[in-house]
Amino acid sequence: MSTTSTRATLPTDAEVVRWRRDFPLLATEVNGHPVAYLDSGATSQKPAAVLDAERGYYEQLNAAVHRGAHTLAAEATVLFEDARASVAGFVGAAEEAVVWTSNATEALNLVAYAFSNASVGRGGEAAQRFRLGPGDEVVVTEQEHHANLIPWQELAARTGATLKYIPVTDDGALDLEAARTVITDRTRLLAFTHVSNVLGVVNPVQELVSLAHDVGALVVLDACQSVPHLPVDFPALDVDFAAFSGHKMLAPTGIGALYGRRELLAAMPPFLTGGSMITTVTMEAAEYLPPPQRFEAGTQKVSQAIAWAAAVDYLQQIGMDRIAAHEAELGHRLITGLREIPGIRVLGGGIEGDRVGLASFDVAGVHAHDVGQFLDDRGIAVRVGHHCAQPLHRRFGVTASTRASTYLYTTEDEVTRFLEGVAGVGEFFGVRA
Amino acid sequence: MSASDLQGLYQELILDHAKTPSGTGLLETADGQSHQLNPTCGDEITLQVHLGEGDTVAHLRWEGHGCAISQASASLLSELAEGLSAAQLTERIGAFRTAMQSRGKIQPSEEMFGDAVALGGVSRYVARVKCAMLAWVAAEDALAQATVGR
Repeated sequence: MSTTSTRATLPTDAEVVRWRRDFPLLATEVNGHPVAYLDSGATSQKPAAVLDAERGYYEQLNAAVHRGAHTLAAEATVLFEDARASVAGFVGAAEEAVVWTSNATEALNLVAYAFSNASVGRGGEAAQRFRLGPGDEVVVTEQEHHANLIPWQELAARTGATLKYIPVTDDGALDLEAARTVITDRTRLLAFTHVSNVLGVVNPVQELVSLAHDVGALVVLDACQSVPHLPVDFPALDVDFAAFSGHKMLAPTGIGALYGRRELLAAMPPFLTGGSMITTVTMEAAEYLPPPQRFEAGTQKVSQAIAWAAAVDYLQQIGMDRIAAHEAELGHRLITGLREIPGIRVLGGGIEGDRVGLASFDVAGVHAHDVGQFLDDRGIAVRVGHHCAQPLHRRFGVTASTRASTYLYTTEDEVTRFLEGVAGVGEFFGVRA
Repeated sequence: MSASDLQGLYQELILDHAKTPSGTGLLETADGQSHQLNPTCGDEITLQVHLGEGDTVAHLRWEGHGCAISQASASLLSELAEGLSAAQLTERIGAFRTAMQSRGKIQPSEEMFGDAVALGGVSRYVARVKCAMLAWVAAEDALAQATVGR
């Protein structure tokens, strides 16, 4: 379960500075300033332990996994599967419940295409519960990242199901009252984000899961912004599927994961097909391995998985409760600091509840690109644009915003530098608030 | 990049054009019209070419929203285009693109570009080249439509 208010475990400044030393990139300068990396919501920096794990694998063990009988292949397979157990354990799951994917987007597409394939009869009787057709409803929310929206739009279009969404209130929170009418006994699937990548607010998973499960719908959780920053236990959250990604939690790019309840994964037809996911193959047809291998066609992301396990070890050594406490504090400083600056509107700034260290904002009269350029000049790296959430930005009446996001290595000094930078934007661009 | 570099990117002229742009407001009809979108930031422009005598550009009108660079660029382009022949404007768009893609190596010349040389600094910021190019790409497209069959 997510808890972000464990004040007792807040790290000291000295501890954070010590953690930072594990991240080679954070020692670099940008435009003549020590880099203040406030874009971890997009991708995190990597500690030496993760880089060493990936390099060490290539230097000492590199071989094809799940095939070949030689010693290196066997040892590589063991490490690869141990990595799965580590990453699965990090989210409270059994190893068979975690499927490697190329990224979280692929994990979400895997579920969408499994439904789609079941809807045209693949997977037989076992896959009956994934079949969609006219009259069925798929529900998402107005907060979603495009990765948790477009796969469902396409699924609805392919199957004839109807796509509906839970709107947000004027302050950006999911409208739970509306959710009670949007979710009906026709709802077959509810997909929503654990933590919005624009608002940084932890959504009420329990309430939404109950609404969905009460009508027999399956729940897909986009956990990309929660798993890196909060203690998360998917079985405890009672979600049916969840997608998360390695590169946002200290691991390399190129790997993500799908969590699925084992009986669901066992009943699902595959998405990608090919080598490594079969038992017997004839010229006419093939039979498939049980999960997770059924969903892992082709050469796997071995070095990335092993490095991801190293990332998980690193995070666990620090403790996710401490990271969450640190980031809740930074998130609070970001929001209160931004709200004190004239002309700044924090998107979702008024939402109550737990937060990660992330804030998106609009500067009156200055486009986000210009805000980002001004901050970059001071060595401060932030994200600008719509953050792959156009509908949510449209709801706030803007096309783009500036986003600052933290991680365990973010210091209070960096947040202060950022706030000082933002305070100077209006004057530079000649805007009076 | 130092503070002076940032001021090189956002020259006074650029900030002025961004705040009070020229050429805004679309007409009901046009000889050519193009809508362009920058998908990374959602910046948008709709730009019209109005031809006068022969193939002279009488007006270039636009509506859009975006960052200071994209707004100033559209404004400066609309001032530059007026009175040029379609061929001259096409040539300038090509030369501007070359300068923008040069990563700071090629400065646009004042004779060809007038005040729009102020955009020269953008080419060193790879992430911002698309912002500066948005209006010019729209003009290229609108101009091609306007001159079809002429």
